[in-house]
Amino acid sequence: MSEPKPRAKSDPGILRYDAFSRINHWLIAISFVMLVLSGLPFFHPFFWSLTGLFGGPTMTRILHPYIGLFMALFFAIMAIRFFKVSLIKRHDIQWLKQIKDVLSNHDERLPPVGKNNAGQKLVYWIMVLCVPLLLVTGLLIWQPYFADAVPITLRRLAAMGHAYLAFLAIITLIIHIYSGIWVKGSFTAMIRGRVSKPWAKHHHDLWYEEEMDKERRGKEHRGKEYREHEMSNQQHPSMTREEPK
Amino acid sequence: MRGEQINSQNIIARSATSVPSPQRRSGGVETVTKLIDVSRCIGCKACQVACSEWNDLRDEVGTCVGEYDNPTDLTPDSWQVMRFNEHENEQGNLEWLIRKDNCMHCAEPGCLEACPAPGAIVQYANGIVDFNSEHCIGCGYCVAGCPFDVPRISKKDSKAYKCTLCSDRVSHGLEPACVKSCPTGSIMFGTKEDMLDLAETRTDFLKGRGFENAGIYDPQGVGGTHVIYVLQHADKPEIYSGLPKDPRISPLVEGWKGIPKPLASVAIGLAAFAGFFHYLAAGPKETPEEEDEEVEKEMRADEERDQELEEKRP
Ligand code: HEM
Ligand code: SF4
Ligand code: SF4
Repeated sequence: MSEPKPRAKSDPGILRYDAFSRINHWLIAISFVMLVLSGLPFFHPFFWSLTGLFGGPTMTRILHPYIGLFMALFFAIMAIRFFKVSLIKRHDIQWLKQIKDVLSNHDERLPPVGKNNAGQKLVYWIMVLCVPLLLVTGLLIWQPYFADAVPITLRRLAAMGHAYLAFLAIITLIIHIYSGIWVKGSFTAMIRGRVSKPWAKHHHDLWYEEEMDKERRGKEHRGKEYREHEMSNQQHPSMTREEPK
Repeated sequence: MRGEQINSQNIIARSATSVPSPQRRSGGVETVTKLIDVSRCIGCKACQVACSEWNDLRDEVGTCVGEYDNPTDLTPDSWQVMRFNEHENEQGNLEWLIRKDNCMHCAEPGCLEACPAPGAIVQYANGIVDFNSEHCIGCGYCVAGCPFDVPRISKKDSKAYKCTLCSDRVSHGLEPACVKSCPTGSIMFGTKEDMLDLAETRTDFLKGRGFENAGIYDPQGVGGTHVIYVLQHADKPEIYSGLPKDPRISPLVEGWKGIPKPLASVAIGLAAFAGFFHYLAAGPKETPEEEDEEVEKEMRADEERDQELEEKRP
Protein backbone atom coordinates (compact mmCIF):
# COMPACT_ATOMS: atom_id res chain seq x y z
CA MET A 1 0.00 0.00 0.00
CA SER A 2 1.23 3.47 -0.84
CA GLU A 3 1.43 6.27 1.76
CA PRO A 4 -2.21 7.28 2.46
CA LYS A 5 -2.96 10.97 2.23
CA PRO A 6 -4.64 12.56 5.29
CA ARG A 7 -8.38 12.37 4.94
CA ALA A 8 -9.45 14.56 7.87
CA LYS A 9 -7.97 17.63 6.20
CA SER A 10 -9.72 17.29 2.88
CA ASP A 11 -12.99 16.13 4.41
CA PRO A 12 -15.83 18.66 3.95
CA GLY A 13 -16.69 18.33 7.64
CA ILE A 14 -20.11 18.35 9.21
CA LEU A 15 -22.96 20.77 8.59
CA ARG A 16 -23.63 22.55 11.90
CA TYR A 17 -25.91 25.41 10.86
CA ASP A 18 -27.88 25.38 7.63
CA ALA A 19 -28.28 28.59 5.63
CA PHE A 20 -31.62 29.40 7.24
CA SER A 21 -30.18 29.17 10.75
CA ARG A 22 -27.21 31.30 9.77
CA ILE A 23 -29.25 34.08 8.22
CA ASN A 24 -31.67 33.93 11.12
CA HIS A 25 -28.80 34.15 13.60
CA TRP A 26 -27.15 37.12 11.92
CA LEU A 27 -30.39 39.04 11.53
CA ILE A 28 -30.84 38.70 15.27
CA ALA A 29 -27.19 39.47 15.99
CA ILE A 30 -27.20 42.69 13.97
CA SER A 31 -30.52 43.93 15.30
CA PHE A 32 -29.58 42.94 18.85
CA VAL A 33 -26.36 44.92 18.74
CA MET A 34 -28.31 47.86 17.32
CA LEU A 35 -30.74 47.52 20.22
CA VAL A 36 -27.93 47.59 22.72
CA LEU A 37 -26.36 50.63 21.07
CA SER A 38 -29.68 52.47 20.81
CA GLY A 39 -30.86 51.48 24.29
CA LEU A 40 -27.75 52.28 26.30
CA PRO A 41 -27.99 56.06 25.82
CA PHE A 42 -31.30 55.99 27.73
CA PHE A 43 -29.78 53.69 30.30
CA HIS A 44 -27.02 56.05 31.34
CA PRO A 45 -25.95 59.44 29.93
CA PHE A 46 -22.39 58.11 29.77
CA PHE A 47 -23.52 56.38 26.54
CA TRP A 48 -25.35 59.43 25.19
CA SER A 49 -23.01 59.90 22.23
CA LEU A 50 -24.25 56.57 20.80
CA THR A 51 -27.39 58.44 19.75
CA GLY A 52 -25.17 59.91 17.02
CA LEU A 53 -25.17 56.49 15.35
CA PHE A 54 -28.91 56.60 14.85
CA GLY A 55 -29.46 60.13 13.60
CA GLY A 56 -29.75 61.96 16.90
CA PRO A 57 -31.40 61.49 20.29
CA THR A 58 -35.04 61.72 19.24
CA MET A 59 -34.46 59.47 16.22
CA THR A 60 -32.79 56.92 18.48
CA ARG A 61 -35.81 56.98 20.76
CA ILE A 62 -38.11 56.45 17.78
CA LEU A 63 -36.06 53.67 16.15
CA HIS A 64 -35.20 51.51 19.14
CA PRO A 65 -38.64 49.93 19.65
CA TYR A 66 -39.04 49.13 15.95
CA ILE A 67 -35.68 47.37 15.90
CA GLY A 68 -36.92 45.54 18.99
CA LEU A 69 -40.01 44.25 17.20
CA PHE A 70 -37.90 43.08 14.26
CA MET A 71 -35.45 41.28 16.53
CA ALA A 72 -38.18 39.69 18.64
CA LEU A 73 -39.83 38.22 15.55
CA PHE A 74 -36.69 36.49 14.32
CA PHE A 75 -35.74 35.51 17.83
CA ALA A 76 -39.05 33.69 18.20
CA ILE A 77 -38.25 31.63 15.10
CA MET A 78 -34.79 30.75 16.34
CA ALA A 79 -35.99 29.99 19.85
CA ILE A 80 -38.42 27.41 18.48
CA ARG A 81 -35.91 25.84 16.12
CA PHE A 82 -33.16 25.59 18.74
CA PHE A 83 -35.41 24.40 21.53
CA LYS A 84 -34.57 20.70 21.43
CA VAL A 85 -30.80 21.02 21.25
CA SER A 86 -30.92 23.43 24.20
CA LEU A 87 -32.51 21.15 26.75
CA ILE A 88 -30.16 20.72 29.71
CA LYS A 89 -28.83 17.18 30.18
CA ARG A 90 -26.97 15.53 33.03
CA HIS A 91 -23.55 15.85 31.37
CA ASP A 92 -24.22 19.59 31.08
CA ILE A 93 -24.37 19.92 34.85
CA GLN A 94 -21.03 18.13 35.13
CA TRP A 95 -19.61 20.42 32.46
CA LEU A 96 -20.79 23.46 34.40
CA LYS A 97 -19.23 22.16 37.60
CA GLN A 98 -15.95 22.05 35.74
CA ILE A 99 -16.24 25.58 34.42
CA LYS A 100 -12.71 26.23 35.69
CA ASP A 101 -11.37 23.58 33.34
CA VAL A 102 -13.42 25.11 30.55
CA LEU A 103 -11.94 28.54 31.17
CA SER A 104 -8.39 27.30 31.53
CA ASN A 105 -8.65 25.30 28.29
CA HIS A 106 -8.23 21.91 30.04
CA ASP A 107 -10.69 20.40 27.62
CA GLU A 108 -9.36 16.85 28.06
CA ARG A 109 -10.87 16.80 31.58
CA LEU A 110 -14.37 17.71 30.40
CA PRO A 111 -17.24 15.29 29.85
CA PRO A 112 -18.30 14.91 26.21
CA VAL A 113 -21.27 17.11 25.33
CA GLY A 114 -23.91 17.26 22.62
CA LYS A 115 -24.46 19.77 19.82
CA ASN A 116 -24.46 22.61 22.36
CA ASN A 117 -22.50 22.81 25.57
CA ALA A 118 -23.98 24.04 28.83
CA GLY A 119 -22.66 27.55 28.26
CA GLN A 120 -24.42 27.80 24.92
CA LYS A 121 -27.57 26.38 26.45
CA LEU A 122 -27.49 28.93 29.24
CA VAL A 123 -27.17 31.74 26.70
CA TYR A 124 -30.21 30.27 24.98
CA TRP A 125 -32.28 30.07 28.15
CA ILE A 126 -31.30 33.50 29.46
CA MET A 127 -32.25 35.04 26.13
CA VAL A 128 -35.48 33.03 25.98
CA LEU A 129 -36.29 34.59 29.33
CA CYS A 130 -35.10 38.11 28.51
CA VAL A 131 -36.35 38.76 25.00
CA PRO A 132 -40.08 38.15 25.57
CA LEU A 133 -39.93 40.18 28.78
CA LEU A 134 -38.00 42.96 27.04
CA LEU A 135 -40.66 42.94 24.35
CA VAL A 136 -43.53 43.20 26.82
CA THR A 137 -41.90 45.80 29.06
CA GLY A 138 -40.76 47.74 26.00
CA LEU A 139 -44.30 47.83 24.60
CA LEU A 140 -45.65 49.06 27.94
CA ILE A 141 -43.38 52.14 27.93
CA TRP A 142 -43.55 52.81 24.20
CA GLN A 143 -44.28 56.48 23.44
CA PRO A 144 -46.41 57.64 21.81
CA TYR A 145 -48.29 54.38 21.26
CA PHE A 146 -49.07 52.36 24.36
CA ALA A 147 -47.49 54.13 27.33
CA ASP A 148 -50.28 56.65 27.89
CA ALA A 149 -52.81 53.84 28.25
CA VAL A 150 -50.74 51.96 30.85
CA PRO A 151 -51.34 52.59 34.58
CA ILE A 152 -48.46 54.57 36.04
CA THR A 153 -47.23 51.91 38.49
CA LEU A 154 -47.08 49.32 35.75
CA ARG A 155 -45.22 51.78 33.55
CA ARG A 156 -42.64 52.39 36.27
CA LEU A 157 -42.28 48.68 36.85
CA ALA A 158 -41.89 48.05 33.14
CA ALA A 159 -39.28 50.79 32.77
CA MET A 160 -37.28 49.37 35.66
CA GLY A 161 -37.72 45.82 34.45
CA HIS A 162 -36.66 46.74 30.92
CA ALA A 163 -33.47 48.32 32.23
CA TYR A 164 -32.50 45.33 34.40
CA LEU A 165 -33.40 42.80 31.73
CA ALA A 166 -31.42 44.77 29.19
CA PHE A 167 -28.46 44.70 31.55
CA LEU A 168 -28.72 40.93 31.92
CA ALA A 169 -29.09 40.49 28.18
CA ILE A 170 -26.13 42.75 27.44
CA ILE A 171 -23.82 40.89 29.85
CA THR A 172 -24.98 37.61 28.30
CA LEU A 173 -24.38 39.00 24.85
CA ILE A 174 -20.84 40.05 25.74
CA ILE A 175 -20.08 36.55 27.05
CA HIS A 176 -21.67 35.06 23.94
CA ILE A 177 -19.63 37.22 21.56
CA TYR A 178 -16.45 36.57 23.49
CA SER A 179 -17.00 32.80 23.31
CA GLY A 180 -17.24 33.13 19.55
CA ILE A 181 -13.87 34.84 19.47
CA TRP A 182 -12.24 32.61 22.06
CA VAL A 183 -13.29 29.20 20.73
CA LYS A 184 -11.55 28.99 17.40
CA GLY A 185 -13.76 27.62 14.67
CA SER A 186 -17.12 28.55 16.15
CA PHE A 187 -17.28 31.93 14.44
CA THR A 188 -16.62 30.33 11.06
CA ALA A 189 -19.26 27.74 11.89
CA MET A 190 -21.87 30.47 12.13
CA ILE A 191 -20.56 32.15 8.98
CA ARG A 192 -20.01 29.17 6.68
CA GLY A 193 -22.19 26.58 8.41
CA ARG A 194 -19.66 23.70 8.45
CA VAL A 195 -17.17 22.53 11.07
CA SER A 196 -14.28 20.13 10.68
CA LYS A 197 -14.67 16.65 12.12
CA PRO A 198 -11.77 17.08 14.58
CA TRP A 199 -13.41 20.31 15.79
CA ALA A 200 -16.73 18.56 16.28
CA LYS A 201 -15.10 15.64 18.05
CA HIS A 202 -13.14 17.90 20.35
CA HIS A 203 -15.86 20.33 21.36
CA HIS A 204 -19.07 18.35 20.92
CA ASP A 205 -18.15 14.69 21.04
CA LEU A 206 -21.65 13.29 21.56
CA TRP A 207 -22.94 15.30 18.64
CA TYR A 208 -19.97 14.20 16.55
CA GLU A 209 -20.67 10.54 17.30
CA GLU A 210 -24.31 11.04 16.40
CA GLU A 211 -23.38 12.64 13.12
CA MET A 212 -20.83 9.91 12.33
CA ASP A 213 -23.39 7.21 13.12
CA LYS A 214 -25.75 8.89 10.72
CA GLU A 215 -23.03 8.99 8.10
CA ARG A 216 -22.13 5.29 8.58
CA ARG A 217 -25.73 4.21 8.63
CA GLY A 218 -26.22 6.20 5.48
CA LYS A 219 -23.36 4.32 3.82
CA GLU A 220 -24.48 0.91 5.07
CA HIS A 221 -27.96 1.68 3.96
CA ARG A 222 -26.72 2.55 0.55
CA GLY A 223 -24.56 -0.60 0.56
CA LYS A 224 -27.50 -2.75 1.52
CA GLU A 225 -29.67 -1.26 -1.14
CA TYR A 226 -26.88 -1.94 -3.55
CA ARG A 227 -26.62 -5.63 -2.63
CA GLU A 228 -30.36 -6.14 -2.83
CA HIS A 229 -30.30 -4.49 -6.15
CA GLU A 230 -27.47 -6.81 -7.20
CA MET A 231 -29.31 -9.95 -6.26
CA SER A 232 -32.36 -9.06 -8.26
CA ASN A 233 -30.20 -8.17 -11.25
CA GLN A 234 -27.77 -11.07 -11.32
CA GLN A 235 -28.29 -11.68 -14.97
CA HIS A 236 -26.81 -8.26 -15.72
CA PRO A 237 -23.17 -8.47 -14.65
CA SER A 238 -22.29 -5.25 -16.46
CA MET A 239 -24.00 -3.28 -13.74
CA THR A 240 -21.91 -4.75 -10.94
CA ARG A 241 -18.94 -2.69 -12.03
CA GLU A 242 -20.53 0.63 -11.24
CA GLU A 243 -20.83 2.25 -7.81
CA PRO A 244 -24.31 3.59 -7.32
CA LYS A 245 -24.22 7.28 -6.41
CA MET B 1 -37.64 78.97 29.46
CA ARG B 2 -39.11 79.11 25.98
CA GLY B 3 -37.17 79.25 22.75
CA GLU B 4 -33.55 80.20 23.09
CA GLN B 5 -32.68 79.84 26.72
CA ILE B 6 -31.25 82.93 28.25
CA ASN B 7 -27.88 82.35 29.80
CA SER B 8 -29.06 82.16 33.35
CA GLN B 9 -25.87 80.56 34.71
CA ASN B 10 -27.76 79.48 37.79
CA ILE B 11 -28.63 75.88 36.94
CA ILE B 12 -28.33 73.81 40.10
CA ALA B 13 -29.52 70.53 38.58
CA ARG B 14 -29.68 69.28 35.01
CA SER B 15 -31.18 66.01 33.77
CA ALA B 16 -28.82 63.17 32.81
CA THR B 17 -25.79 65.25 33.69
CA SER B 18 -23.28 64.31 36.33
CA VAL B 19 -20.82 67.17 35.89
CA PRO B 20 -21.73 70.57 37.38
CA SER B 21 -23.77 72.99 35.27
CA PRO B 22 -23.04 76.73 35.13
CA GLN B 23 -24.27 78.08 38.45
CA ARG B 24 -21.97 80.99 39.13
CA ARG B 25 -24.94 83.31 39.45
CA SER B 26 -26.69 81.34 42.14
CA GLY B 27 -25.24 83.36 45.00
CA GLY B 28 -27.81 85.20 47.08
CA VAL B 29 -30.64 83.90 44.93
CA GLU B 30 -33.61 83.20 47.13
CA THR B 31 -35.95 80.40 46.22
CA VAL B 32 -39.34 81.48 44.99
CA THR B 33 -42.67 79.94 45.84
CA LYS B 34 -46.22 80.17 44.65
CA LEU B 35 -48.74 79.93 47.44
CA ILE B 36 -52.21 78.68 46.52
CA ASP B 37 -54.73 79.35 49.23
CA VAL B 38 -57.50 76.91 48.42
CA SER B 39 -59.78 78.45 51.03
CA ARG B 40 -59.96 81.70 49.13
CA CYS B 41 -60.38 80.31 45.63
CA ILE B 42 -63.75 80.87 43.99
CA GLY B 43 -63.04 78.71 40.94
CA CYS B 44 -63.29 81.50 38.39
CA LYS B 45 -60.44 80.08 36.30
CA ALA B 46 -58.92 83.47 35.60
CA CYS B 47 -55.53 81.85 36.31
CA GLN B 48 -56.22 79.11 33.78
CA VAL B 49 -56.99 81.71 31.13
CA ALA B 50 -53.98 83.82 32.09
CA CYS B 51 -51.75 80.77 31.73
CA SER B 52 -53.01 80.09 28.19
CA GLU B 53 -52.72 83.76 27.39
CA TRP B 54 -49.16 84.27 28.57
CA ASN B 55 -47.83 80.99 27.24
CA ASP B 56 -49.64 81.23 23.88
CA LEU B 57 -51.46 77.98 24.50
CA ARG B 58 -54.84 77.31 22.91
CA ASP B 59 -56.23 73.98 24.01
CA GLU B 60 -59.16 72.47 22.16
CA VAL B 61 -62.48 73.73 23.39
CA GLY B 62 -63.86 70.63 25.06
CA THR B 63 -67.38 69.64 26.02
CA CYS B 64 -69.04 69.87 29.40
CA VAL B 65 -68.91 66.53 31.15
CA GLY B 66 -71.33 67.48 33.91
CA GLU B 67 -68.87 69.17 36.20
CA TYR B 68 -66.90 72.39 36.18
CA ASP B 69 -63.60 70.77 35.30
CA ASN B 70 -62.70 71.79 31.77
CA PRO B 71 -60.44 70.42 30.53
CA THR B 72 -60.81 67.49 32.87
CA ASP B 73 -57.09 66.85 33.03
CA LEU B 74 -53.76 68.50 32.32
CA THR B 75 -52.82 68.36 28.65
CA PRO B 76 -49.81 69.49 26.62
CA ASP B 77 -51.81 72.69 26.01
CA SER B 78 -53.26 73.13 29.49
CA TRP B 79 -50.46 73.42 32.02
CA GLN B 80 -52.85 74.05 34.83
CA VAL B 81 -56.45 73.00 35.49
CA MET B 82 -58.92 73.76 38.22
CA ARG B 83 -60.20 70.61 39.90
CA PHE B 84 -63.58 70.81 41.60
CA ASN B 85 -64.65 68.42 44.32
CA GLU B 86 -68.03 68.53 46.03
CA HIS B 87 -67.04 67.27 49.45
CA GLU B 88 -69.50 66.33 52.16
CA ASN B 89 -67.99 67.07 55.57
CA GLU B 90 -68.69 65.33 58.88
CA GLN B 91 -71.61 67.64 59.61
CA GLY B 92 -73.18 66.61 56.35
CA ASN B 93 -72.56 70.00 54.79
CA LEU B 94 -71.26 70.62 51.32
CA GLU B 95 -67.76 71.98 50.92
CA TRP B 96 -66.70 72.95 47.45
CA LEU B 97 -63.02 72.17 47.34
CA ILE B 98 -61.40 73.77 44.32
CA ARG B 99 -57.77 73.10 43.68
CA LYS B 100 -55.56 74.69 41.09
CA ASP B 101 -53.51 71.75 39.81
CA ASN B 102 -50.14 72.28 38.17
CA CYS B 103 -46.50 71.34 38.50
CA MET B 104 -45.35 71.55 42.12
CA HIS B 105 -41.74 72.51 41.30
CA CYS B 106 -40.35 69.93 43.70
CA ALA B 107 -37.04 70.58 45.41
CA GLU B 108 -36.19 66.98 44.52
CA PRO B 109 -37.97 66.55 41.19
CA GLY B 110 -38.75 63.00 40.09
CA CYS B 111 -39.13 64.15 36.50
CA LEU B 112 -35.56 65.42 36.43
CA GLU B 113 -34.23 62.28 38.04
CA ALA B 114 -35.95 60.06 35.47
CA CYS B 115 -35.17 62.08 32.35
CA PRO B 116 -32.47 60.43 30.17
CA ALA B 117 -31.86 63.45 27.91
CA PRO B 118 -29.05 65.75 29.06
CA GLY B 119 -30.46 69.21 29.70
CA ALA B 120 -34.09 68.49 28.83
CA ILE B 121 -35.02 69.31 32.42
CA VAL B 122 -33.21 71.89 34.54
CA GLN B 123 -33.64 73.28 38.00
CA TYR B 124 -32.66 76.89 38.63
CA ALA B 125 -31.23 78.29 41.81
CA ASN B 126 -34.58 79.95 42.46
CA GLY B 127 -36.19 76.49 42.65
CA ILE B 128 -38.06 76.50 39.35
CA VAL B 129 -38.00 73.19 37.49
CA ASP B 130 -38.10 73.91 33.78
CA PHE B 131 -38.43 71.70 30.72
CA ASN B 132 -36.05 72.79 28.00
CA SER B 133 -38.04 71.18 25.23
CA GLU B 134 -35.42 71.51 22.56
CA HIS B 135 -33.45 68.76 24.29
CA CYS B 136 -36.53 66.63 24.96
CA ILE B 137 -36.75 63.35 23.04
CA GLY B 138 -40.32 62.48 24.02
CA CYS B 139 -39.56 59.25 25.84
CA GLY B 140 -42.09 59.90 28.60
CA TYR B 141 -39.76 58.93 31.44
CA CYS B 142 -40.58 62.22 33.24
CA VAL B 143 -44.19 61.10 33.40
CA ALA B 144 -43.10 57.94 35.17
CA GLY B 145 -40.81 59.93 37.46
CA CYS B 146 -43.29 62.58 38.60
CA PRO B 147 -45.17 61.77 41.85
CA PHE B 148 -47.90 64.30 40.93
CA ASP B 149 -48.74 63.06 37.40
CA VAL B 150 -47.92 66.41 35.82
CA PRO B 151 -45.93 66.22 32.56
CA ARG B 152 -47.81 65.59 29.33
CA ILE B 153 -46.35 64.51 25.99
CA SER B 154 -47.67 66.38 22.99
CA LYS B 155 -49.03 64.31 20.11
CA LYS B 156 -48.01 67.13 17.79
CA ASP B 157 -44.28 67.28 18.47
CA SER B 158 -43.62 64.47 20.96
CA LYS B 159 -42.19 66.83 23.56
CA ALA B 160 -43.05 66.96 27.23
CA TYR B 161 -44.83 70.05 28.58
CA LYS B 162 -45.82 71.39 31.96
CA CYS B 163 -46.09 74.60 33.98
CA THR B 164 -42.86 76.61 33.90
CA LEU B 165 -43.83 78.73 36.91
CA CYS B 166 -43.50 81.42 34.27
CA SER B 167 -39.73 81.11 34.52
CA ASP B 168 -39.47 83.64 31.71
CA ARG B 169 -41.47 86.23 33.65
CA VAL B 170 -39.83 85.45 36.96
CA SER B 171 -36.33 85.84 35.58
CA HIS B 172 -37.34 89.36 34.57
CA GLY B 173 -38.72 90.23 37.97
CA LEU B 174 -42.39 89.60 37.22
CA GLU B 175 -44.77 87.32 39.07
CA PRO B 176 -46.30 84.32 37.25
CA ALA B 177 -49.27 85.14 35.02
CA CYS B 178 -51.72 83.16 37.16
CA VAL B 179 -50.72 85.12 40.25
CA LYS B 180 -51.25 88.40 38.49
CA SER B 181 -54.71 87.41 37.28
CA CYS B 182 -56.24 86.08 40.50
CA PRO B 183 -59.08 88.38 41.61
CA THR B 184 -59.31 87.06 45.18
CA GLY B 185 -55.64 87.04 46.09
CA SER B 186 -55.82 83.31 46.43
CA ILE B 187 -52.53 82.87 44.53
CA MET B 188 -49.49 84.64 45.92
CA PHE B 189 -45.88 84.69 44.96
CA GLY B 190 -42.64 85.52 46.74
CA THR B 191 -39.69 83.94 48.48
CA LYS B 192 -40.32 80.58 50.05
CA GLU B 193 -39.74 82.07 53.48
CA ASP B 194 -42.29 84.83 52.97
CA MET B 195 -44.84 82.45 51.52
CA LEU B 196 -44.51 80.06 54.44
CA ASP B 197 -45.03 82.99 56.81
CA LEU B 198 -48.07 84.10 54.90
CA ALA B 199 -49.43 80.56 54.78
CA GLU B 200 -48.97 80.36 58.52
CA THR B 201 -51.15 83.42 59.16
CA ARG B 202 -53.77 81.96 56.81
CA THR B 203 -53.87 78.61 58.58
CA ASP B 204 -54.10 80.37 61.95
CA PHE B 205 -57.02 82.33 60.59
CA LEU B 206 -58.70 79.18 59.28
CA LYS B 207 -58.18 77.40 62.57
CA GLY B 208 -59.84 80.33 64.29
CA ARG B 209 -62.77 79.84 61.94
CA GLY B 210 -63.21 76.23 63.01
CA PHE B 211 -61.02 74.41 60.51
CA GLU B 212 -58.84 72.78 63.14
CA ASN B 213 -56.96 70.67 60.59
CA ALA B 214 -56.07 73.62 58.39
CA GLY B 215 -52.45 73.45 57.34
CA ILE B 216 -49.75 73.96 54.77
CA TYR B 217 -49.06 71.45 52.03
CA ASP B 218 -45.30 71.50 51.44
CA PRO B 219 -44.54 67.78 51.15
CA GLN B 220 -41.16 66.89 52.61
CA GLY B 221 -41.01 63.54 50.78
CA VAL B 222 -39.88 65.46 47.71
CA GLY B 223 -37.77 67.92 49.69
CA GLY B 224 -40.57 70.45 49.85
CA THR B 225 -42.11 72.17 46.85
CA HIS B 226 -42.01 75.61 45.30
CA VAL B 227 -45.76 75.54 44.89
CA ILE B 228 -47.47 75.19 48.23
CA TYR B 229 -51.12 75.01 49.26
CA VAL B 230 -53.07 76.24 52.21
CA LEU B 231 -55.68 73.54 52.83
CA GLN B 232 -58.67 73.64 55.13
CA HIS B 233 -58.16 69.91 55.74
CA ALA B 234 -54.42 69.36 55.56
CA ASP B 235 -54.85 65.98 57.26
CA LYS B 236 -56.73 64.69 54.21
CA PRO B 237 -55.10 66.10 51.09
CA GLU B 238 -56.66 63.27 49.03
CA ILE B 239 -60.08 64.95 49.18
CA TYR B 240 -58.68 67.77 47.07
CA SER B 241 -59.12 65.73 43.89
CA GLY B 242 -56.40 63.26 44.74
CA LEU B 243 -53.59 65.39 46.08
CA PRO B 244 -51.14 62.72 47.32
CA LYS B 245 -50.78 62.49 51.08
CA ASP B 246 -47.10 61.70 51.29
CA PRO B 247 -45.69 62.09 47.80
CA ARG B 248 -42.20 60.83 47.13
CA ILE B 249 -40.35 59.57 44.13
CA SER B 250 -41.58 56.01 43.64
CA PRO B 251 -39.13 53.36 44.89
CA LEU B 252 -39.56 51.78 41.46
CA VAL B 253 -38.13 54.93 39.90
CA GLU B 254 -35.34 55.08 42.48
CA GLY B 255 -34.55 51.44 41.80
CA TRP B 256 -34.50 52.13 38.08
CA LYS B 257 -32.61 55.39 38.08
CA GLY B 258 -30.53 55.36 41.26
CA ILE B 259 -27.15 53.87 42.10
CA PRO B 260 -27.66 50.57 40.22
CA LYS B 261 -27.22 52.30 36.86
CA PRO B 262 -23.68 53.61 37.15
CA LEU B 263 -22.75 50.27 38.72
CA ALA B 264 -24.36 48.36 35.87
CA SER B 265 -22.60 50.58 33.33
CA VAL B 266 -19.27 49.83 34.94
CA ALA B 267 -20.14 46.12 34.99
CA ILE B 268 -20.81 46.20 31.25
CA GLY B 269 -17.42 47.77 30.66
CA LEU B 270 -15.72 45.29 32.96
CA ALA B 271 -17.39 42.35 31.23
CA ALA B 272 -15.91 43.44 27.92
CA PHE B 273 -12.47 43.91 29.45
CA ALA B 274 -12.71 40.60 31.31
CA GLY B 275 -13.01 38.88 27.96
CA PHE B 276 -9.96 40.63 26.61
CA PHE B 277 -7.82 39.80 29.63
CA HIS B 278 -9.02 36.23 29.75
CA TYR B 279 -7.83 35.87 26.17
CA LEU B 280 -4.46 37.31 27.16
CA ALA B 281 -4.16 34.91 30.10
CA ALA B 282 -5.67 31.66 28.85
CA GLY B 283 -5.35 32.04 25.11
CA PRO B 284 -7.76 30.79 22.47
CA LYS B 285 -9.50 27.45 22.77
CA GLU B 286 -8.14 25.45 19.90
CA THR B 287 -8.67 21.96 18.58
CA PRO B 288 -5.54 19.99 19.52
CA GLU B 289 -3.53 18.12 16.85
CA GLU B 290 -4.27 14.75 18.46
CA GLU B 291 -7.91 15.23 17.57
CA ASP B 292 -6.90 15.36 13.89
CA GLU B 293 -5.07 12.05 14.26
CA GLU B 294 -7.99 10.46 16.11
CA VAL B 295 -10.45 11.43 13.43
CA GLU B 296 -7.94 10.37 10.77
CA LYS B 297 -7.74 6.91 12.37
CA GLU B 298 -11.51 6.63 12.60
CA MET B 299 -12.00 7.64 9.03
CA ARG B 300 -9.38 5.18 7.89
CA ALA B 301 -11.05 2.40 9.90
CA ASP B 302 -14.39 3.27 8.36
CA GLU B 303 -12.88 3.21 4.94
CA GLU B 304 -11.28 -0.17 5.45
CA ARG B 305 -14.56 -1.54 6.65
CA ASP B 306 -16.26 -0.13 3.56
CA GLN B 307 -13.63 -1.76 1.41
CA GLU B 308 -14.18 -5.13 3.10
CA LEU B 309 -17.87 -4.82 2.43
CA GLU B 310 -17.02 -4.01 -1.13
CA GLU B 311 -14.82 -7.06 -1.51
CA LYS B 312 -17.50 -9.34 -0.07
CA ARG B 313 -19.74 -8.26 -2.87
CA PRO B 314 -20.15 -10.80 -5.60
C1 HEM C 1 -37.89 43.37 22.19
C2 HEM C 1 -38.40 44.51 21.88
C3 HEM C 1 -38.01 45.81 22.53
C4 HEM C 1 -38.83 46.89 22.60
C5 HEM C 1 -40.24 46.99 22.05
C6 HEM C 1 -38.11 47.92 23.30
C7 HEM C 1 -38.61 49.17 23.59
C8 HEM C 1 -37.99 50.11 24.37
C9 HEM C 1 -38.52 51.40 24.69
C10 HEM C 1 -39.89 51.91 24.26
C11 HEM C 1 -37.61 52.06 25.43
C12 HEM C 1 -37.73 53.48 25.96
C13 HEM C 1 -36.91 54.36 25.08
C14 HEM C 1 -37.56 54.52 23.75
O1 HEM C 1 -38.75 54.92 23.70
O2 HEM C 1 -36.91 54.26 22.74
C15 HEM C 1 -36.49 51.17 25.62
C16 HEM C 1 -35.39 51.46 26.37
C17 HEM C 1 -34.28 50.63 26.47
N1 HEM C 1 -34.09 49.44 25.79
FE1 HEM C 1 -35.47 48.48 24.74
N2 HEM C 1 -36.87 47.47 23.63
C18 HEM C 1 -36.76 46.17 23.18
C19 HEM C 1 -35.64 45.34 23.29
C20 HEM C 1 -34.45 45.71 23.87
C21 HEM C 1 -33.26 44.91 23.90
C22 HEM C 1 -33.13 43.51 23.30
C23 HEM C 1 -32.32 45.62 24.55
C24 HEM C 1 -30.88 45.29 24.83
C25 HEM C 1 -30.47 44.17 25.27
C26 HEM C 1 -32.91 46.86 24.95
C27 HEM C 1 -32.26 47.82 25.66
C28 HEM C 1 -32.85 48.96 26.15
C29 HEM C 1 -32.24 49.84 27.11
C30 HEM C 1 -30.86 49.67 27.77
C31 HEM C 1 -33.14 50.88 27.32
C32 HEM C 1 -32.98 52.02 28.29
C33 HEM C 1 -33.62 51.53 29.56
C34 HEM C 1 -33.64 52.56 30.63
O3 HEM C 1 -34.58 53.31 30.71
O4 HEM C 1 -32.72 52.58 31.45
N3 HEM C 1 -34.21 46.90 24.51
N4 HEM C 1 -36.75 49.99 24.95
S1 SF4 D 1 -44.44 68.10 40.14
FE1 SF4 D 1 -43.70 66.56 38.72
S2 SF4 D 1 -43.16 67.71 36.90
FE2 SF4 D 1 -43.32 69.20 38.58
S3 SF4 D 1 -41.21 69.33 39.38
FE3 SF4 D 1 -42.27 67.81 40.63
S4 SF4 D 1 -41.74 65.88 39.58
FE4 SF4 D 1 -41.30 67.50 38.12
S1 SF4 E 1 -40.11 63.17 27.58
FE1 SF4 E 1 -38.55 64.78 27.40
S2 SF4 E 1 -38.48 65.81 29.38
FE2 SF4 E 1 -39.63 63.90 29.66
S3 SF4 E 1 -38.06 62.43 30.33
FE3 SF4 E 1 -38.16 62.20 28.12
S4 SF4 E 1 -36.61 63.61 27.33
FE4 SF4 E 1 -36.95 64.19 29.49
